[in-house]
Amino acid sequence: MTAPDPMAEIRASFFIECEELLEAMQDGLQQLDDGADDPETINVVFRAVHSIKGGAGAFGLEQMVRFAHRFETVLDGVRAGTLAVSADLMKLFFKAGDHLSDIVRASRDDEEFPDGESEAIVAELDQYISSDADDAAEEEIDFQPMGLSLDLDLGLPDIEPSGPPTWCITFTPDAEMYESGNEVFPILRALAELGDAEVRCDTSKVPVLSELAPESAYLSWTIDLQTTVDEAEIRSVFEFVDGLCTVSVERAEEPAAEFEPMPDFDLPAPEPMEDLPPPPAPEPEATAKPEPDAAPKRGAGSSSANAAKAVVRVDLDRIERLVNLVGELVINQAMLAQSLESAGLSPHSDAMNGLEEFQRLTRDIQDSVMMIRAQPVKPLFQRMSRIVRESSAAVGKEVRLETDGETTEVDKTVIERLADPLTHMIRNAVDHGLESTEDRTAAGKSTEGIVKLSAAHRSGRVVIEVSDDGGGINRPKVHQIAIDKGLVPADTALTDSEIDNLLFLPGFSTASTVSDLSGRGVGMDVVKTAIQSLGGRITITSEPGVGTTFSISLPLTLAVLDGMVVNVAGETLVVPLNVVSETLTIHEDTTDEIEPGAQVVRVRGGFVHLFDLGGALGYRSGPGDLAGSVALLIAQEDGNRVALIVDEIQDQRQVVIKGLDDTFCRSPGIAAATILGDGQIALIVDPSDIIANASKHGAASSSSMRMEA
Amino acid sequence: MTEVANNSNSVELLTFKLSDQEYSLDIMCVREIRGWTQATPLPHSPAYMKGVINLRGAVLPVMDLAQRLGLPVTEHTDRNVIIVVKHEETLAGLLVDAVSDIIALSDDDMQPPPEAGEGMQQGVIKSLTLIEDRMIRTLDLSHLVTTLQSDAA
Repeated sequence: MTAPDPMAEIRASFFIECEELLEAMQDGLQQLDDGADDPETINVVFRAVHSIKGGAGAFGLEQMVRFAHRFETVLDGVRAGTLAVSADLMKLFFKAGDHLSDIVRASRDDEEFPDGESEAIVAELDQYISSDADDAAEEEIDFQPMGLSLDLDLGLPDIEPSGPPTWCITFTPDAEMYESGNEVFPILRALAELGDAEVRCDTSKVPVLSELAPESAYLSWTIDLQTTVDEAEIRSVFEFVDGLCTVSVERAEEPAAEFEPMPDFDLPAPEPMEDLPPPPAPEPEATAKPEPDAAPKRGAGSSSANAAKAVVRVDLDRIERLVNLVGELVINQAMLAQSLESAGLSPHSDAMNGLEEFQRLTRDIQDSVMMIRAQPVKPLFQRMSRIVRESSAAVGKEVRLETDGETTEVDKTVIERLADPLTHMIRNAVDHGLESTEDRTAAGKSTEGIVKLSAAHRSGRVVIEVSDDGGGINRPKVHQIAIDKGLVPADTALTDSEIDNLLFLPGFSTASTVSDLSGRGVGMDVVKTAIQSLGGRITITSEPGVGTTFSISLPLTLAVLDGMVVNVAGETLVVPLNVVSETLTIHEDTTDEIEPGAQVVRVRGGFVHLFDLGGALGYRSGPGDLAGSVALLIAQEDGNRVALIVDEIQDQRQVVIKGLDDTFCRSPGIAAATILGDGQIALIVDPSDIIANASKHGAASSSSMRMEA
Repeated sequence: MTEVANNSNSVELLTFKLSDQEYSLDIMCVREIRGWTQATPLPHSPAYMKGVINLRGAVLPVMDLAQRLGLPVTEHTDRNVIIVVKHEETLAGLLVDAVSDIIALSDDDMQPPPEAGEGMQQGVIKSLTLIEDRMIRTLDLSHLVTTLQSDAA
């Protein structure tokens, strides 16, 4: 479906609303699964699905409408009490919910609909409908053959063999409609323009003259309209009197039998049906008109159980700009502080006191602005619950996901980039972490394994934990595999935590059989790299027989960075703190030259390669006298350690990251820049890039030397 | 004067000195002119890249225009300034010896450079003009910036 440009925006907002509705639906399903069987919970789910269907209908997303309708019918059965919620049914609901999100995403991205899967789930859903034995099911079966031709176009006439269908429209104006200057006649005339209209006026409500109030509305009309246009167009005639009258539009019963099911798919018919009997009152409108606009309101209202919050949608660019400006404010404030100090003002002067106040304010502003970008991790966790369902089904284990701290807020970018590693970890937990059902029974555990996902703020960072109650890491096996794969020498004695950390080595996979779920050789090392690129750390704790916990610690935002400010050859540089594992002072007697130009430093019995940061960046040709200089021990992603020589460590502080415009010059080893308190720019180095480059150069020069020799 | 200017598509140019030669740039692409401040050098960059400076919170790359054009490098003095230019979305600083004047020229006054110049950097000079017997070269900023990009790539 290609939407014309003006529609694109409305369409986009429909899909944003869909995401919210899907979230509400997932919430409701989760509550149902947890045993909540109050009518409100199922209503929430029902309304969410229904609203999606309504919106989808407005955009002509037939596939979505059809699937949502099927889903909704079964949910309605539960709502009406004709279907009991069973474990199997819940599973089906989750599956259908997941599939509905797939369809929504496919429609949004104009991708192929997952037709085959749709049919499989629809077939499963149908079992519940047919057991229900209501006529809706039969109608739908009748409808099946029509499916394809409907997908092609909204234009009903193309597939209409027996003349245009007849619509039965009832129209009951309220008194307000007349008060606002609207008249019935133009509306009837507009309807007549759509096709052959037969208008009947219902005068039965007109009282005797003595009781007649001249300002009241007594008349209603029934119009039989034979037309080729669809319902939406008919309804658009009533656009201007929306809310001022009661309108229902239905397909009349006359047309050929196979067209009967149409109303069920083209529009959310059940509501208008129910709304017919009541006398003209303003209330039924809300349900009688399944407009996309009304949908989110109902969706939001339904989740109001947990107090609806007022929310504003803001363009990300604007926030970005604000974040930048605040970053500048912080820098300016630091510059001001420095110049006041150098002007020799007494620290107790008014100016200095005022500056202190200013400093506190800017910090508060910075924190608040950072919080704007922050989003709760809930949508991310919901995606993970789907991963658990799918992966547990794939390996045939019973797994329950427990989540904690869903409201914890993290920077939007962090959330986006966390999805992949987290998916991997969850799959690992289900596939490798939890024992098979038999093993669990043998160990005296409940057959249902538990994977726990939690998020929390801890000392200025976000800690996300993935834990399972499985058998823990089989350390002898892990050690053996590492030896077999040549990752560690055979005779090394490793501590428990060192063995655990072997899991993060590239090319490590513990599953003896490679399942199609995980264990394709890309394993935890990918996760670790992804986490590190976000400035995070990942740790692992495991207890045999009790379970394994992976704990990810992340910075709250990507806009600031914890860095170590160092001096190298007269330049000031910032090294990201998360890669620095320790600092050393170099002494003459701890360094050795293994070959010309390649030096190592002894660290607790081990040898670590020494690189001069100044030399690597071309600031100087050689480090000169090493003694007395400082080395930063860098833990690399592949587990190796190297030492970077710097002249002096100045400070350890948070810096605001400024991107470097690399259209002019892309400097190897430089990740970004920041502005220091004195207004000078300091470059933020990327140690792994520097080391990679330095060793490349080193290799090149040594090979060329050999060539010459 | 203004009438004449309006009639024949006048251009305002900012003229500046580079090693005793006079150059100019279309003033519409000049954002500001600021005094020389110490730049933070970028490692492994071409010699003409002086580094980056802090332009009110933004990181601005600065290049020595004389060096970029292959002119003899002169000592930095207090009169050295950075002309901040914007080409499309790219902001850049050009270090020049001194800014002289703003002149208004009509299109007719500007002559294309002679084709023959083999040794000249192709296309960097957009046009030439004579004012009081001094030749003023007008630089093509887009050419300057795009060649830079391809150099970097």
